[in-house]
Amino acid sequence: MTKHPDGRYVDDAPFDPQASIQQLERADLDAPNWVLVWRKFKTHKLGLISGAFLLLCYLMLPFVGFITPYGPNDRNGEHLYAPPQSINWFHDGAFIGPYVYPIVAEADLETFQWKFVPDTEDPRPLQFFCEGSEYRLAGLIKSDTHLFCAPEGATLFLWGSDRLGRDIFSRILYGAQLSLTVGLIGITVSFVLGILFGSMAGYFGGRIDWVINRVIEILRSLPELPLWLALSAAVPSNWSPVAVFFIISVILGILDWPGLARSVRAKFLSLREEEYVRAAEMMGASSGRVIRKHLLPNFMSHLIASATLSIPAMILGETALSFLGLGLRAPAVSWGVMLNDAQNLASIEIYPWTAIPMLPIIVVVLAFNFLGDGLRDSLDPYQQ
Amino acid sequence: MVMLRYAVYRFFTMLLTLLVVSVLIFVIINLPPGDYLSNQIAELQASGQSAGVAKAEFLRKEYSLDRSLPEQYLIWIGFWPGPHGFEGLLQGNYGWSFEFDRPVSEIVGDTLWLTVVVNLAAVLFVYAVALPLGVIAAAKSRTWIDYTSAFVGYLGLATPNFLLALILFYYGHRYFNLPIGGLMDPSFEGEPMSWDKLKSILVHLIVPTFVIGTSGASAMMQRLRANMLDELGKPYVETAVAKGMAPSRMLAKYPLRVAFNPFVADIGNLLPSMISGSVLVSVVLGLQTIGPTLLTALKTQDQFLSAFILMFVALLTLIGTMISDILLVMLDPRIRYEGREA
Repeated sequence: MTKHPDGRYVDDAPFDPQASIQQLERADLDAPNWVLVWRKFKTHKLGLISGAFLLLCYLMLPFVGFITPYGPNDRNGEHLYAPPQSINWFHDGAFIGPYVYPIVAEADLETFQWKFVPDTEDPRPLQFFCEGSEYRLAGLIKSDTHLFCAPEGATLFLWGSDRLGRDIFSRILYGAQLSLTVGLIGITVSFVLGILFGSMAGYFGGRIDWVINRVIEILRSLPELPLWLALSAAVPSNWSPVAVFFIISVILGILDWPGLARSVRAKFLSLREEEYVRAAEMMGASSGRVIRKHLLPNFMSHLIASATLSIPAMILGETALSFLGLGLRAPAVSWGVMLNDAQNLASIEIYPWTAIPMLPIIVVVLAFNFLGDGLRDSLDPYQQ
Repeated sequence: MVMLRYAVYRFFTMLLTLLVVSVLIFVIINLPPGDYLSNQIAELQASGQSAGVAKAEFLRKEYSLDRSLPEQYLIWIGFWPGPHGFEGLLQGNYGWSFEFDRPVSEIVGDTLWLTVVVNLAAVLFVYAVALPLGVIAAAKSRTWIDYTSAFVGYLGLATPNFLLALILFYYGHRYFNLPIGGLMDPSFEGEPMSWDKLKSILVHLIVPTFVIGTSGASAMMQRLRANMLDELGKPYVETAVAKGMAPSRMLAKYPLRVAFNPFVADIGNLLPSMISGSVLVSVVLGLQTIGPTLLTALKTQDQFLSAFILMFVALLTLIGTMISDILLVMLDPRIRYEGREA
């Protein structure tokens, strides 16, 4: 390091202007595909943020019981339809940490509704790492410690309570467990079916291709929702919530595969004629091996991007089905089931907070769309 | 002449598709164990009402529910003689609704054409909104107009239809005094068509059209924008600009003409999702379309009613797709008429 007379510092190490360029290229040539994809994906800020957000959401799912102050079906008979409570930090100008005011229900004899009046003289600080209702961490470990819960003698309804006095904030987080996984299971079903039929049609061609193509055309030309409705109406009502959940996600997947199969088929048709495929065939590879080892890896990344883009449709589908009462049913908790409460105008007008579950739906669907867009743009790193 | 041949060819493919769809629908409807009548008979027997059982048994025979499934299907379509000769969909007999104890045709009656009206209005809305917005967003790409329309479009895609319906309904009534619920003023129901009734229907259509069309319009707009942007970079556009053509005239005359074909062809994708949406929205808003009836029919296993409605919905979609295919061939001279087999 040398100091110039004008106060600048200059590095003394010998500098070769060619070196840095060559180094970059060398690294680029050696870099595995995912590094290039990641490098390009990083420039897509919206996609990056969405991806991080979704990752966080899914990582949170096993620990929902710990984060929420109440259990999903804990009722609070004294506080039906309680409005959202705010968490305050300062009381009369003095800092006392996060606290809430206890609310008391008073009957309003004119409108025949409960009115909830906060007692602003009596701040009660929140409790942390406290004991509450029992839950299972990740479905396995029994525990009753919560991150935060309501102070003694007060309630903590961050986003209000519903018609049975259940905490909407806790229920939204519990609902995420089902609403977010429904899309994943559905897309898995659709992925398997789409790749299976698409690759069969594209690789073998001929009559198989014709039949699969007609099936795809017919399924694509039908309105999804009425068929979803009809299929879910066929689910026996005495099944357990878990079974219903699985069958609903499978139903969502069954009607989604044609789009995927069509793009798989188109790719196969063009790749089938490549030399490396012929070489593999000459060496006696079975069709299954050619498809799995030589063809599929070529456009797996594209498939993942398009799968990301069709998860939102499934989340919305589950919501719509549950909203209409043909999807998941109580006591299962999902965003659609929760919105079932907000089905009429009266509840939106009087208890607007029962419609809060729509916010996570919108945010998650948007995030999946942005992530999918970002992935699609960055998956071909050699294209400028 | 070639055109006509294509139209006829397309029509027959549609009929064939419809036939396959009818099998599919029949299978789905018959998936749940038992049928409406056998459930009812079991219920009646449990409560010891033998008179009702006799009636239900009679109905079971009358509607040949005691036969094998393939036979039931053929009778339902009208390929096979039932107890009273050929009486199926093809002969114009839509079956009997056990839940409402009336013929299906009487129940669906008015709701059929109202369904068509609602969906037609929504399609028109989609085109009326997506066309100008898509073109402007492409022409003024990377300006605030583009970003705003993209943002609104994404929101439209992400908001569940039925919630948008509830919210718009609430605010529409509050601030614009738009009517709540239904497709016409209750006083006009069952009345013959008149000027006032038409006006009432039109006013009631505003919110449903908007709700059903929004997600379709946003998807359509984004695709048109992408197509336009592809075209705008091409040399012929540069030539036109260099010639000194007015931008609006240039846009409409060249790039839009090319980008317009996929726009028309897209209705094949658009229509199924819109009809889906209209069923859902009708349930929420209480429109007198087939949506709410379908839901009741499915929940009560009223098989003839739900099967007929599903068939009707499928038919509507297929006809729409067929029309768009024929339109596309008329619009785009590059498309060959002989299907895609060659």
